Amino acid sequence: MGRLFAVVVTVIALVSAAIFALHVWWLPPDISAHGSRIDRQLNETMVTAGILFVAAQLALGLFVWRFDVRDGMPPRAVKTFPGGVTPLVVLAILFVGIEILVLTFVGSKVWASVYQTPAPAEALQIEVEAEQFAFYFRYAGPDGKFGTMHPDLMNDATQNFFGLDPANDTTARDDIVVGTLVIPVNQPIDLRLHAKDVNHSFYVPELRIQQDFVPGMVIPLHFTATQTGKYELVCTQLCGLGHYNMRAYIEVKTPADFAQWLKAQAATS
Amino acid sequence: MTHTTAHPPAHAQRQSFLRKHVFSVDHKVIGRQYLDLALVAVVTGMVLSWLMRFHLGWPDTPVPLLGKLAPTGAAGGVMTPEYYLELMTMHGTIMVFFVLTTAPFAGFGNYFLPIHVGAEDMAFPRINMMSFWVTLLAFLVLVAAFFVGDGPPLSGWTAYAPLSAVGKDAGPGQGSGQTLWAISIGIFCIAQLLGSLNFIATTLDLRTKGMSLARLPYATWAWFVTAVIALVAFAVLLPACILLILDRVAGTSFFIPGGLVISDRLQPHMGGSPLLWQHLFWFFGHPEVYVAILPGFGIISQILPVFARKPLLGPRVFIACLVAIAFLSYTVWGHHMFLSGMNPFSATLFSVPTLVITIPAAIITLLWIGTVYGARLRLTSASLFALGFVSVFVSGGISGFFLAQPSTDIYLHGTYFVVAHFHFVMGVAAMFGIFAGTYFWFPKMFGRMMSETLGKWHFWLTFIGVYCIFMPMHYLGLAGNVRRYSAFTDDYLQPLIPLHRFITIAALFTGAVQLIFLFNLIRSRLRGPKAADNPWEATTLEWSTSSPPPHDNFGGRRPTVAYGPNEYGVAGPAGRDYVMQAAAQ
Repeated sequence: MGRLFAVVVTVIALVSAAIFALHVWWLPPDISAHGSRIDRQLNETMVTAGILFVAAQLALGLFVWRFDVRDGMPPRAVKTFPGGVTPLVVLAILFVGIEILVLTFVGSKVWASVYQTPAPAEALQIEVEAEQFAFYFRYAGPDGKFGTMHPDLMNDATQNFFGLDPANDTTARDDIVVGTLVIPVNQPIDLRLHAKDVNHSFYVPELRIQQDFVPGMVIPLHFTATQTGKYELVCTQLCGLGHYNMRAYIEVKTPADFAQWLKAQAATS
Repeated sequence: MTHTTAHPPAHAQRQSFLRKHVFSVDHKVIGRQYLDLALVAVVTGMVLSWLMRFHLGWPDTPVPLLGKLAPTGAAGGVMTPEYYLELMTMHGTIMVFFVLTTAPFAGFGNYFLPIHVGAEDMAFPRINMMSFWVTLLAFLVLVAAFFVGDGPPLSGWTAYAPLSAVGKDAGPGQGSGQTLWAISIGIFCIAQLLGSLNFIATTLDLRTKGMSLARLPYATWAWFVTAVIALVAFAVLLPACILLILDRVAGTSFFIPGGLVISDRLQPHMGGSPLLWQHLFWFFGHPEVYVAILPGFGIISQILPVFARKPLLGPRVFIACLVAIAFLSYTVWGHHMFLSGMNPFSATLFSVPTLVITIPAAIITLLWIGTVYGARLRLTSASLFALGFVSVFVSGGISGFFLAQPSTDIYLHGTYFVVAHFHFVMGVAAMFGIFAGTYFWFPKMFGRMMSETLGKWHFWLTFIGVYCIFMPMHYLGLAGNVRRYSAFTDDYLQPLIPLHRFITIAALFTGAVQLIFLFNLIRSRLRGPKAADNPWEATTLEWSTSSPPPHDNFGGRRPTVAYGPNEYGVAGPAGRDYVMQAAAQ
């Protein structure tokens, strides 16, 4: 029975670890300027955590195999762990402690570069409004200014998702509101996240970015996409019955294509 | 403080049926009542997870009978997205509160803590009885949400505001179902506060002669530390629930800011903070994880030496680590909120203690593995589940490294990686603790042995089954699969559906395997062979009394303790390899 336990634990540990190591299921390719550092942090964590995982499972399996009492075995005395408890405590504190220090020092820099640093001045500002169960995006238009948002004017039926008041607010008249986030490649993007009703979240796996929308707060989020293409933006904060279907597309275009798109939108709005 | 006077049993021996079996103040009856409640709750929660898993694998295939049970939520047997979220919310709430808190802590703790310390009962037997009935009331209020107008709530077991606070406008399930949820959890908090006080008072004041703190059995140490954690944690959740109820029914705005437009209606609230709910909830919520798992630590640390026939390695280190975890558990709640809109500078502040808490957890794991080294291991259902506990706890704990770091949490937050992590570390591990405890203590509680053959089948199939369910969820999370989705309509999630089907099959299988356990419980209760007083050759006080123990635990005579709980692998009296705690010096 002890041998069976050892075999089962070993098979579970090795098969699980192999599927991680072979990237059978893995992150989609990174298309952001900061993502490679997140991926490296994740890989480093994966290697150290993987070693700890396999070592602990194998040690458990080995000891159960070795010290199980089978029928017909001669009686033997129990043995204490060599060196007692001290080496284990020292090992755990040193190994895990060093691991924590390294992960914290390296990881904090990655985190800080995304979340504790403001967007560069040349970043393109886009407003995002999340509501049950859609995302809308707003560009400032030719005047470079966003119109003020009025919650009492927000209305899905009239498609006034941002509660704009073009009749009285001149800056709102040229604002461009669309349902797809279109951005230029290799240019920093500076988003302002607004929630109209409940919590939502902005998650683009390829961009290695995620941030909650919180009602009553305007939350900044910045990133730079490095590859053109079409990607999915999904909601990751439970927001009601349509949560599973709350998504939008992100189109990353070349600067020329983006300028052309923006011009066309300005002409129609 | 120890009591030295011997006096007659506190409760009268002749009692009415109702007083003896239903409204009993006997901690053993109350402990069994908690365990029975947890059994009802876990079956309910598991059936809900079956329905959810089936829907995730085959969203359009009707489930037989479901259409009749839930004509609006699952017309024709195919569930709506909101019904999926309602089942998910009820699954999480039932499992966390009424299974993982109720069984290992309130259930086994009630039954064995007073016996472990050598007392006749809890310090406050009537308050103890009240704790159970209040817990039952909380469960009934929660289940009632299934039967009210627009069904149970769908905001998850975390009930994030403002979705949980604004009422009907937020969609189905956010009407009276959500109010019942908040009332139920508030009531549950009261029960846990009363229960924790009783645990603490009993451990500190009712220890018998010679039972110093250093001689307390490890399960009782864990229940004691858990009670201290629970006392502070539930004391924060209770007012949070009251504020949530006020927001819902009295028009206050603790968690609801101004200017919200829901279903095209401007909400009549202003000035509240949705993040306040998250802070209050997780200040409870993270310690609650330890409320669920620390009793398992104690049970495993008590069981492993019995079947290894050698002392637990480093008992003082074990207790120091328990206390360290208890303190640290109050400093880590913000790691649930890295991406919540909380000040990003505080993410690093919460990340460090979260990573530091892995040190005592890692030390305890090494103590268990080191205890197995050099053992004369007896593999029974109880010890197999204890060893399985170590394996699944390692698997669940390791993935914490990824979620404790803000930088990697950016990608993994809100995905199935998180689902895999907490199911392994607090769900499966705690369940393994409950199973180990059940196989170990059943002979003491009912005076009959459980079937070892069935128990071992139960272990092997469950052990392999849980790995097939929860290990692949890490892979889903790495591929970016978002949690709390009732269907996977996104392009990038389509290729993951076969993996979901594999998990569903594993979940249905592993769930069905639990019928073996249920059958074993019922059959052994009725027809199991009679149990001796000390069938496992263990040292602690419950094994010095009869199986099951008499009404006052020790038959009118309180034991005197001369030894610690860890005397295994020694030259004991009558050629035994152990010395019982109550043995004469």
